[in-house]
Amino acid sequence: MISSIVSKVKQKQIAQLVANRKRIDGRGLTDYREIKVEAGIIERAEGSARVLLGKTQVLVGVKIDIGEPFSDIPDQGVLTVNAELVPLASPTFEPGPPDENSIELARVVDRGIRESKAIGLEDLCITPGKKVFVVFIDVYVLNHDGNLIDASALAALAALLNTKIYNYELKDDEIIRKPGYKPLPIRNYPIAITFGKINNQLIVDPWLEEEQVMDARLTMTIDKEGNICSIQKGGSGYFTTQQILEAAKIAKERATELRKLVVET
Amino acid sequence: MKSLPTFFESKELVTPGDLLAEGDYIAGENTYQEDKKIFAERIGLVEYDNRKVRVVALRAFYIPRVGDVVIGMITEVGFNGWEVDINAPYTAILRASDVLERGFRPQKNDLLSILDIGDLVIAKVTAYDRGSNPVIKISEPGLGKISRGQLIKVTPTKIPRIIGRKGSMISMIKRETNCRITLGQNGLIIISGKTREDEQLAIMALRKVEDESHTSGLTDRIAEMIRKEKEGRRKNVQT
Amino acid sequence: MSKPEKLLDKKGLRLDGRKLDELRPIKMEVGVLSNADGSAYLEQGKNKVLAAVYGPKEVHPKHLALADRAILRCRYHMAPFSVEERKSPAPSRREIELSKVIREALEPAVFLEYYPRTAIDVFIEILQADGGTRCAGITTAALALADAGVPMRDLVVACAAGKIEGKLVLDLMDLEDKYGEADVPLAMMPGINAVTLLQMDGSLTLEEFQNAVKMAMEGCKQIYEEQKKALRARYIAIKEAINE
Repeated sequence: MISSIVSKVKQKQIAQLVANRKRIDGRGLTDYREIKVEAGIIERAEGSARVLLGKTQVLVGVKIDIGEPFSDIPDQGVLTVNAELVPLASPTFEPGPPDENSIELARVVDRGIRESKAIGLEDLCITPGKKVFVVFIDVYVLNHDGNLIDASALAALAALLNTKIYNYELKDDEIIRKPGYKPLPIRNYPIAITFGKINNQLIVDPWLEEEQVMDARLTMTIDKEGNICSIQKGGSGYFTTQQILEAAKIAKERATELRKLVVET
Repeated sequence: MKSLPTFFESKELVTPGDLLAEGDYIAGENTYQEDKKIFAERIGLVEYDNRKVRVVALRAFYIPRVGDVVIGMITEVGFNGWEVDINAPYTAILRASDVLERGFRPQKNDLLSILDIGDLVIAKVTAYDRGSNPVIKISEPGLGKISRGQLIKVTPTKIPRIIGRKGSMISMIKRETNCRITLGQNGLIIISGKTREDEQLAIMALRKVEDESHTSGLTDRIAEMIRKEKEGRRKNVQT
Repeated sequence: MSKPEKLLDKKGLRLDGRKLDELRPIKMEVGVLSNADGSAYLEQGKNKVLAAVYGPKEVHPKHLALADRAILRCRYHMAPFSVEERKSPAPSRREIELSKVIREALEPAVFLEYYPRTAIDVFIEILQADGGTRCAGITTAALALADAGVPMRDLVVACAAGKIEGKLVLDLMDLEDKYGEADVPLAMMPGINAVTLLQMDGSLTLEEFQNAVKMAMEGCKQIYEEQKKALRARYIAIKEAINE
């Protein structure tokens, strides 16, 4: 169908299945689709990774530049996350400046990395107050089949782990490149786990048609210690306190599993 | 009789721009003529039938034809009828007058209660020309709202292969999976069975026909696949 | 990146070891995205290009529609991480110009008159760039159009020729384009010998230009064979699997 509306017949099927703790593709309520992570596929970028989550495809590129620090934190590097919902990924994406969905996606991925202190921003300082490394993380959604947040966050982490900064020498305020690279120091491994709510049931990793049917979304980002470092509720529905606490428990378990796809334990 | 050049074997795979024949030929479906040359417009299997050259497309979308039975989804409810997505470049129109008795004055609320956004219908194309959108009707036996089943989408040009010679392929699949299967000429198919497993099996068979439509011996291979799957299921139940 | 000392070595080979008239290694795959009506992915040397087609579908807003034919819309866009220095995601003037010339390279191939009042949208994303991306984009977009079942007169294929250190070369990479003397991108429909894109940067004598065009067309013909192979691949693989 060209339209992005889910048919009434299918809406009923999804709801009925969920009530019986099943999903259309045979998954359990808290199961992820098949995930594939490929790192280093864009050699031009300082770091890159592609994640396939079911049919959802997200590509993340990391570029490193030299710039000025913010005046109130002169000894810290700069981290900036941008997300593009490019029109080829879905009939519902229009070309143009980032809309609220693409901005929310970027900021949720950013929050996970920043709040978990995955990158030590002090490590990126070259000359305090004058020169620091600027890390650009660009999230590029290539095919939207649901749960862009988890796929993007996972790809961003894999891309960061793949990122190298060139060696340099400071001579009278000039930055001289030296041969060789060193990996970007990564101190934490935040993993985002997203839930949807259908018929008052929580499901993990909603697929596109489930997203169109669910009434609310909850993302929890868990760091390597098992602490929650960021949360985002989306959609116009609501969650009960019980559901939120249950989600936190499930998120912690799932995050440990997903992390293994990106980090060797 | 002098034999004029054709450049491919019958049922060979061709791509857009391939020169299919030169000389006194007629350009059939998915081909075009320039000077005395016939070229392919789409990727597909070329067929030579006397003087006519055509390509059975493997990748194509649906263009409505009057008389086609199609499956569609309501996308808009208006004052005089509904807009229906029939998986074609043009949205189809279903007029309220087709569904309601004559003399009835439709109001928007009433239309919503008959067919709402997201409802699926089996319909027939009653009118279509280049200047306007296709018109469909559901007021005939066998047509109307669909209340259950799984919907899949295949390339519309594969529907004849799914039907098979004298309906042999589709009857076999229906029989072996115990499912009701309604085929839309627009490539949409509704499968309704007693269990989800039966429906999944029918879907598997239909997808296999779609993937392998360019090969021969297909009916036997599909029957074999269904048989193997059912056997596998019996074993699983027993263990 | 700083200017290399030489673009051609003592043996007359290029920085990546290629001969003057040699194409970069090329790889193509069709049907790589599940949402688009047609899609294709291409690698040519370090170039990585993804193209997708949506349509034909009704145009919104309606005033853009043409009564007697479809409109072709094209967006050429580079990912921020595709180039050496990160590029802002907002469309640059270069991307806007390229979107136009690429559209005009593809339009002559498509039977737009078959689908009045509709739009066919072509999206080209450059995931990694190393010179010649407009040509790679056109080649990939043509595959995506065929994959979408859009009827075409012929596949469109593109390749550039140019001049570096006095010698004519085929398929320039970024360094050669930046520091060479001329770059001539060309797109054509080989079956009907129609050139649909032709641009030039730099300076060439008339004779050099004629030879460059001939060279680019040769390159196009080679890439055209790869396009056909890529479109057939899926079906041939299935046939072979069955015959085993």
